[in-house]
Amino acid sequence: MFESLSDKLKRTLKNLRGEGVLRPEHVDAALREIRLALLEADVNYKVAKDFIARVREKALGQEVWQELKPAEQVVKIVYDELVELLGGTSSRLVFTRQAPNVVMVVGLQGSGKTTSTGKIALWLAKNEERKPLLVSTDVYRPAAREQLKVIAKATGQAIFDLPESNDPVLLAREAVRHARDYGYDTLLIDTAGRLHIDDQLMEELVQIKTETRPVEILFVADAMTGQDAVRSAEEFHRRVGITGVILTKMDGDARGGAALSIKQVTGQPVKFVGVGEKYDALEPFYPDRIAQRILGMGDVLSLIEEVQAKVDRAEAEAQLKKIQQNEFTLDDFRQQLRQVKRLGSISKIMKLLPDQLLGSIGLPNLTEEQSAAIERELKRTEAIIDSMTPEERADHRILNASRRRRIARGSGTTVAEVNQLIKQYVEMRQMMRELSRAGFFGGGLRGRLMRRMMGVTGASVSDDGADGSPEVAPPAAGGSRRKKKRRKKRR
Amino acid sequence: MGLFWKRRKKDEIITLGLGQPVEERASPVAEEARPIEDSTGALGEEPPARSSFSTSVLGLDKTIEELQAEEAALEQAFASRFRRAISATRESLSEKLDSVFQGRKQIDAELLDELEEALIAADIGVPTTLEILDRVRRGIARQQINDLAALKEAIKRELLEILRAAERNGVASETSVPDDIRPYVMMIVGVNGVGKTTTIGKLAHRIKAEGNDVLICAADTFRAAATDQLAIWAERTGVPLIQQRQGTDPAAVLFDALKAAKARGTDVLIVDTAGRLHTKSNLMAELEKMRRVAGREVEGAPHETLLVIDAVTGQNGLEQARQFLKTAGVTGIVLTKLDGTAKGGIAVAIAKELKLPIRYAGIGEKIDDLVVFDPEQYVNDLFE
Repeated sequence: MFESLSDKLKRTLKNLRGEGVLRPEHVDAALREIRLALLEADVNYKVAKDFIARVREKALGQEVWQELKPAEQVVKIVYDELVELLGGTSSRLVFTRQAPNVVMVVGLQGSGKTTSTGKIALWLAKNEERKPLLVSTDVYRPAAREQLKVIAKATGQAIFDLPESNDPVLLAREAVRHARDYGYDTLLIDTAGRLHIDDQLMEELVQIKTETRPVEILFVADAMTGQDAVRSAEEFHRRVGITGVILTKMDGDARGGAALSIKQVTGQPVKFVGVGEKYDALEPFYPDRIAQRILGMGDVLSLIEEVQAKVDRAEAEAQLKKIQQNEFTLDDFRQQLRQVKRLGSISKIMKLLPDQLLGSIGLPNLTEEQSAAIERELKRTEAIIDSMTPEERADHRILNASRRRRIARGSGTTVAEVNQLIKQYVEMRQMMRELSRAGFFGGGLRGRLMRRMMGVTGASVSDDGADGSPEVAPPAAGGSRRKKKRRKKRR
Repeated sequence: MGLFWKRRKKDEIITLGLGQPVEERASPVAEEARPIEDSTGALGEEPPARSSFSTSVLGLDKTIEELQAEEAALEQAFASRFRRAISATRESLSEKLDSVFQGRKQIDAELLDELEEALIAADIGVPTTLEILDRVRRGIARQQINDLAALKEAIKRELLEILRAAERNGVASETSVPDDIRPYVMMIVGVNGVGKTTTIGKLAHRIKAEGNDVLICAADTFRAAATDQLAIWAERTGVPLIQQRQGTDPAAVLFDALKAAKARGTDVLIVDTAGRLHTKSNLMAELEKMRRVAGREVEGAPHETLLVIDAVTGQNGLEQARQFLKTAGVTGIVLTKLDGTAKGGIAVAIAKELKLPIRYAGIGEKIDDLVVFDPEQYVNDLFE
């Protein structure tokens, strides 16, 4: 997401580097580019204009930092403004003690309301220990209620329906009662998609709102929306008073400038981002991180959080000990592969990493095909390890030729591939021993997990061989460390 | 002109030769056509339209002159509905332009800046907007554009030229395929939530209403309840549907549909596909496979591949079109949801960058709310 915008800004600001003094014409040149980039990212033209005006004022104003170069100063101003424009700090769903807390999901047709409703229910159940109930009030679109039912089933969440009723308000009212009676603390109401100029249907939303008194009304916006995003969001906000935004389809390559615009015109923050078709592909929205990504600093923090949520801490610690004692077995290796897989697709992980880091391990801008290849490779590697006996996994040294042949047959690979994997594993083990000896793992959980991640992906990439990036892993670790230091200094 | 679908069912229909299949078809079709009357009636233009539908859609009882007159009237009715649908678009851009032009006597830099904003606000995009303005600036420098009216005309001309150039590049359509190749295969593709299924319902309805045998292939086997939704449309239009269980290989469903279409002597086969983001290479590869299957079964199929673009789509629409053109061989655009306030200007950018013509426009939720896109009208209506 936002790739092109960040590319553009980076290119422009690179031209600004090396200037001893920040002169008005340099600022203007940069800002012109930034404005075009914002427009191409579908940021509303008025919003972009205001943004540029604010940055210019600050850039030309009195604020001068001793420790920053002029170019860095512009970056900082742009970054700060961008964070502010995107919504200040992170915002969560706000719940009260009322039972149930009602969350209404509204938006235009085809923006992804039904899928998002299901995702939020799952997210609340998993992360906030809430007990959600779903209800669809979309009585218009054929099979819409059926769709939510399928999603509820797939995510293991409860759903309420009155098959004989076609009255959205009645459905909502009865769902509230049902939630109260059966102890569901959160009711998620999916509504029909509607045009903001459809007076009748907008009135229906107002009725549902009056009836259920929701604590949150979330407006679902497609990340691909253009200049019109402002208009629809504004109207929804005027009629029902939205409290937040869900930005969907961010797994595509849309730059999502609409998010900035909507925040600006409604004053309501983006709370969630939809990043895939799977039901757990929903993330909280962090303005500062997205702004960092726009400016090419990557989104390391986001990745770390994902890692933390999905990797069992204790497991990680135990493994760390093993590594330090040089007992990193193939079993552990497989464990790591699985953890990586749990994070999502490689391309998703790569997107979260800063460009500099990717560059330093020789993986600049993986294409979809390339990351798919890596994923296939990971799967194959796992299959090979799966075909080993527990003894073999505990001690790779007993893997003689006959065992290797059996493993190749069992995993549907060739002996050469098995050999390759074992070689990689041995190298990795060696590397880890060196790292742990050098006290490399003292940098907190964050740094450790980072480096291990890169170790694993690096190893599987080197298998491609042809690309000529054989010794990927060691520089990866080094690179990330250097990078971290540099960024700290800039702050 | 005037007909939505220009490829005639059978030669007999034109020559009034054998009435038998036509008579059978005539009455249900007349039934179907009624919603059209109603909506055109609202515009106070119903008499000509009604007469053509009340007896026979194919106008077997009319002279050529009468038919032409009716077609013209019908065309007009659709034209005004199209205009009404994009009037929201027109209001915003026209208002914007009006306020730009208001109180000004001459063309200055500030005016051009505001023009730039107006075009960008319509989602026409930065490069296209800058290019249009560049040409306009050149015109001003050469003294070819001296007043505001001329400036307006110049911008209109530039926009129209872009849309026309895309059409000149070659519109894959029913008229460009020999009549003896049946069925004419149309594939409908696009990202999630743009209105593919609805578009197919409307397309099937309109093509069928003109006396063609239509078959729909439900190849969206991925999304929950997608086939159910299409089945409801098929029922409304009275068009048969070929479907299979969810999760089936879409290419297999297509294969079955092609076989069925050939066996039945179907004129037009419309293929629904699952919504997919253009960045998912495996899903895009699936489209390639479907194309191969179609091409093996029917010469030149799919004859037309329409990319559905939601009018609210911003600049990402261009990338969508680029990717779908690359892997799915898109031949044209259907611009949907033009009845909202969005301007659909991205279609202009697509026409310019990729030379893809806009074939149809979706202008509402009713079954006949799909019209042939008319570039001239679109541009004119933006400015009048």
